[in-house]
Amino acid sequence: MAAVIIIVIKGLILAVLLLTAFGVLTLTERKVLGRFQFRPGPNRVGPGGSFQFLADGLKLMLKEEIIPNGADRFVFLLAPTISLVAALFAFAVIPWGPPIHLFGQTIPMEIGGPNVGILFLFAITSLGVYGLILGGWSSQNKYSLLGGLRSSAQIISYELAMGLSVVGVLIAAGSADLNNIVSAQTNLWFIVPQIIGFLIYVVCMVAETNRAPFDLPEAENELVAGYHTEYTGMKFAMFFMAEYINMVTVSSLATTLFLGGWHGPWLPPEIWFIIKVAAFMFFFIWLRATLPRLRYDRLMAFGWKVLLPVALANALATAVWVSVVAR
Amino acid sequence: MLTSYFPIALYFLVAVVIGVGVLGASRVMGPRKPNAAKLQTYECGVTPEGEVGPRFSVKFYLVAMLFMIFDVEAVSFYPWAVLMHQLRLFGLLEMALFVLVLGIGYAYVWKRGGFQWQE
Repeated sequence: MAAVIIIVIKGLILAVLLLTAFGVLTLTERKVLGRFQFRPGPNRVGPGGSFQFLADGLKLMLKEEIIPNGADRFVFLLAPTISLVAALFAFAVIPWGPPIHLFGQTIPMEIGGPNVGILFLFAITSLGVYGLILGGWSSQNKYSLLGGLRSSAQIISYELAMGLSVVGVLIAAGSADLNNIVSAQTNLWFIVPQIIGFLIYVVCMVAETNRAPFDLPEAENELVAGYHTEYTGMKFAMFFMAEYINMVTVSSLATTLFLGGWHGPWLPPEIWFIIKVAAFMFFFIWLRATLPRLRYDRLMAFGWKVLLPVALANALATAVWVSVVAR
Repeated sequence: MLTSYFPIALYFLVAVVIGVGVLGASRVMGPRKPNAAKLQTYECGVTPEGEVGPRFSVKFYLVAMLFMIFDVEAVSFYPWAVLMHQLRLFGLLEMALFVLVLGIGYAYVWKRGGFQWQE
């Protein structure tokens, strides 16, 4: 019974942390983008605009819910729920610190650590694509449908290269359990031997979360807002939350697989984990401020013709290194 | 074996409660004053016209099909990768054979323009 209570408390803490991270991230993004463009960003609500995200959240809560004519009501409500639940759920297997000892119990710093952790994480993050395609389909809007189709095609295309880019890490660690992968990096972070895998993973993680320069699903100037054109109030916010939580999740996975997870000198491991994830978050915002959007045919060609074969070659090269050269 | 999934299942319930809770909260708190113009779908401000389900490129089906094939193959790399330190040369040769077959299929799709979005 005590174990169940600990798990539920941990789950609630994690969910609240992720939702807080979402709020802080939206504010940070607007502030940082503002600075990139020589303007102050939001600065009216609270000291330096720091309560802006609370005001935004409250405003969205109190907005009217509009379900457009002819929309499939059940699917229309189901879509943002799938997106948000999948985003929250995917983080369950990521270890954000070494196990702690509290009240005579050893508490691992993740919700659960199955021995196929990485497979589990990819499976759950892939479920988020259902939210996008169902949201686009059920809105009864041409732009939404096209946006949903585009985003699902983009996400599944880049998922292939993403899945193959981590094979090198699995070979080097000899395990698919994220805890074992972290402990295998005590001496050397996998970014050093797996630099090609890391670069492919970073490109794919930006494409997977539909962020600039791969934000074609919501290309405003051709698709209005893509799959969430018809969504208002909190339902729109749920898609928004899912996008930002997914950014945190893929960044955390990048940290776990390539940057040694919570390993680091002097500071507590949890702080190191947050620093590394925050660096990725800044990178996401930096990309958005710097790069123009890709053209759709080039995006698809890049995924299938460049990233996929390079990721495959990287996996094989790592295998050759392990089995022939370094034996 | 199953015990490592029990916390995850429990956390799934937490996630569902939060997801449904957020959905329900705004239904309770928001106003509801629908009118005909508000319920119309948004097409840049003009009255929506034409069929709602437009015809879309068959390429999307093709991408989905190719994804099915290649993703199953990508997943089959995982157990092999985890056991690479034990399999060594045997595993390498086995995988070389597998990748050869995969490569033939990949080259065929490329040649037939499967990865080409525009003619």
